[in-house]
Amino acid sequence: MSSNRHVVIIGNGIAGITCARQLRKLDGSVRITVISGESKYFFARTALMYIFMGHMKFEHTQPYENWFWEKNRIELKEGWVESIDFTAKNVLFQSGQNIQYDDLVIATGSKPNKFGWPGEDLQGVQGLYSKQDLELMEENTTNAVNRAVIVGGGLIGIEMAEMLAYKKIPVTFLVRESGFWSNVLPKEESELVSRHMREHHIDLRLNEELDEIISDQNAHVKAIRTKSGEEIKCQFVGLTAGVTPSIDFLRNTELDVNRGVKVNFGFQTNIPNVYSIGDCAEFHEVPAPDRKPVEQVWYTGRMHGETLGYILAGKKVAYKPGIWFNSAKFLDIEYQTYGTVPARWDAEKVKSFYWEHASGKVFFRMLMDMQGRILGVNNFGFRLRHEFFDQVIREQWDGGKVISKLDKANFDPEFFAPYYIEIQKAYKGKYGGDITVSKKTFIQKLFGANV
Amino acid sequence: MKLIQKLGILLFLVGMAVFTVMPFLGTYTLTEELVLSRTKDIHQEKMTEILSPMYGETYSSNFSFISAFKENFNSYNDVLEEESKWDDVIWDDYSFPLAQASVNSPVRANPWLFMGLSIGLAVLGGLMYNLPKYREEPVGIKNNGIFHSAMKNRGWMGMITGAYLILFYIILYWFPAFIVNQVWMVSPMSMILSGNPASQWFLYGTIYTLAISVMGVRMFRKYRGNKYQQLRTASVMFFQTAFAFLIPEILVLFNQPYFDFKNIWPLDYDFFYDYQIDTFLSSGGVGMFMLIWGILLIVIGVPVFTYFFGKRWYCSWVCGCGGLAETLGDPYRQLSDKSVKAWKYERVIIHTVLVVAVVMTALTIVNYFSGFALLGNVTNQLHSFYGFAIGSVFAGVIGTGFYPFMGNRVWCRFGCPLAAYLGLVQRFKSRFRITTNGGQCISCGNCSTHCEMGIDVRWYAQRGQEIVRSSCVGCGVCSSVCPRGVLNLENGSEGNRINEMPIIIGNDSIKINA
Repeated sequence: MSSNRHVVIIGNGIAGITCARQLRKLDGSVRITVISGESKYFFARTALMYIFMGHMKFEHTQPYENWFWEKNRIELKEGWVESIDFTAKNVLFQSGQNIQYDDLVIATGSKPNKFGWPGEDLQGVQGLYSKQDLELMEENTTNAVNRAVIVGGGLIGIEMAEMLAYKKIPVTFLVRESGFWSNVLPKEESELVSRHMREHHIDLRLNEELDEIISDQNAHVKAIRTKSGEEIKCQFVGLTAGVTPSIDFLRNTELDVNRGVKVNFGFQTNIPNVYSIGDCAEFHEVPAPDRKPVEQVWYTGRMHGETLGYILAGKKVAYKPGIWFNSAKFLDIEYQTYGTVPARWDAEKVKSFYWEHASGKVFFRMLMDMQGRILGVNNFGFRLRHEFFDQVIREQWDGGKVISKLDKANFDPEFFAPYYIEIQKAYKGKYGGDITVSKKTFIQKLFGANV
Repeated sequence: MKLIQKLGILLFLVGMAVFTVMPFLGTYTLTEELVLSRTKDIHQEKMTEILSPMYGETYSSNFSFISAFKENFNSYNDVLEEESKWDDVIWDDYSFPLAQASVNSPVRANPWLFMGLSIGLAVLGGLMYNLPKYREEPVGIKNNGIFHSAMKNRGWMGMITGAYLILFYIILYWFPAFIVNQVWMVSPMSMILSGNPASQWFLYGTIYTLAISVMGVRMFRKYRGNKYQQLRTASVMFFQTAFAFLIPEILVLFNQPYFDFKNIWPLDYDFFYDYQIDTFLSSGGVGMFMLIWGILLIVIGVPVFTYFFGKRWYCSWVCGCGGLAETLGDPYRQLSDKSVKAWKYERVIIHTVLVVAVVMTALTIVNYFSGFALLGNVTNQLHSFYGFAIGSVFAGVIGTGFYPFMGNRVWCRFGCPLAAYLGLVQRFKSRFRITTNGGQCISCGNCSTHCEMGIDVRWYAQRGQEIVRSSCVGCGVCSSVCPRGVLNLENGSEGNRINEMPIIIGNDSIKINA
């Protein structure tokens, strides 16, 4: 690699930053510049809600201290990109400045979806994705908000509801589908989350859609109307019906875009030396049967970044994600998933085993194929070991064997209730067979760790 | 906030106010009999003479009494010091026992009443505030608003609290003559427990134990549904109440040496001091047991338990300093500095303290066996320096007084020589580590923010690396606050404990040979 090569990365989210770090690890001489208009320093946007709720300050969301970038010779350039001259290999900023590149990485992330609702641009109406969105939300909730309405049932929506609850603002939550996050969660899981939301006094309205956002005389929201005709007075509307790649400045250029920037599994776009990773990249075909062409998850962003870092360092690799995993926290209930657990499945091809604790807050589901081999798991309210499930799903273990070894998968802290024992009993009760039911450990007996 | 909680805060503040005004109550009258009864035989003659101008005089406040005492006393000592007659100088500080004997106050007359009105109301108020916490909310850990709080984010309330604590420690260590009323207040309780009147250390022990108990209740509320946090809180409450507070007093009642069975050298820095050793050796079987027990804890207890469980077995389950930090200090845990710079300072300072403690103790033991022939005077100087700088200023004034400024583990992190010793074992020979759950970290920073020891937990977690750090006290809060279930405190095999080449699970594009 020539020592004066300049790699410019637009976007300092997890994808762009991971790419920069990996590239620096593998190549000590390449010049690396990361551009961001949002924030000079990398921060974890997954933690925006915690800043709002006072769990952390903004500086706590920065995974690296400020000296880190200079030490690793990663140049940080603050500014919003206006356009890119792909023939001259030049990035033009809104400020009029420009930067030359040899390799360009587009990692501009997402922006909240807006579906053309009447009134969606009124004051007091917003999504939540960026640092600026957070600042806007703080501003929008400074003055008395008697009620907020959140539109769209996904992870950001429930985070927003929790944030508003911190300010004691009552929330009405409109979900178009018949269950919360029901395009991802099976029915029982979706109901579990819905129950928990209602326990937190969130007014959850399923099968309800936004029709119109109504303005007061100052172009500020004063109410919304639902498709069923109900008018709900509110001073804040959160639009959280998913996100879409943030690539408006790249449309109508020679770059091939669809929803996102079209890339192959080497993250190459149709233009040489131009790459795209993270939320804003769209693969020509899905990377795996259970994945989508646009992957908008923290973990996939990190993997894209890692992989492209290797590619830019001259290694011959292609993006090949492993076993799927994800996690989230719904108010107080943690959720993890490993492998493939879709919202719906064909009962003739897939067997489902699930167990639910009497509290209704602890839940385990395992899907198996008709031969009984594990496909994936969902778990709520307790923790399971990633490494274990990565192995057993990859090696297609028999479901009974997985359950027998479930104590090895337990990732809950010491002294916690041994839910895996109850799950083993339930599995044995349903399918019989040679299932090992773990014994309580001495410590568990001593401290009466009961399920 | 519920009405009962508001009332609780009010009662707590009233209790604190009564406690705070107590030094200003009463008058002070000194007589010759009192001087005779409170001074050592060798000083009696001189002291009765020195203080004779004060006899019969009624001083309306502790300030006027103590300044009169100092005036008379210093005029005697200063002359001798100028003439370098060091052997005639009276080194003992009689201000506390004489002020205590001279005071005539409503507190001394009604100790139980004042105990109820000060400590009693504060405890009651604290419980009324803590018990109803989160009552109508679903189980879950809420750190809501800590950085919007004037108390927990170095705001005005934190400043006042810190200043009050610092002032309290300064008076307790160096000016106890000002708090003789409070000592009288707890004296009846001391009589019940040990058969002796209270000292300022009994007062301190009482407040310390109650603070751990009341704030331990807060921990039970805050960490509902988290067995690990609840059990270790119960453990520190038990060890403080039984081992640090009650058992030593009861030992005295039965004419045995005062001894805290869970305090370990070098935190217990005077364990090998000559007067301690003499006490052990002169107290028969019990004394001998204490000596052997203390030594066994140092040479076997610490390495073995730390090998199996990490230093948490002591620091966040047993230790008194840890007990206070984990209960009273819990609201301030997020204020610890996470920077690499702070970590560098930490390593230099804490290991220096360990070296000083070891050298000092080695000298002490050598001197003990050589009959103080060699460096007796140097050792004494070292003892008083260490007692002042480390034992009082660092562990007390800074250790607790700085909770609201630098977090709740300032002493444990930067100063405690026992923590340094435990940490060396934990770092190099232990089964303990914090495990990272594959690739699930989202770098949010909750773990680092709420680490009281200032460990940047996220640095490791986001790389899929196990966390092996000498300073980790195993409080488990990183695991408790992690929104993705990434962190878990585990004891496991030593192999792979320190993996320098972490692999984040889930990306098959790249193969790293670990």
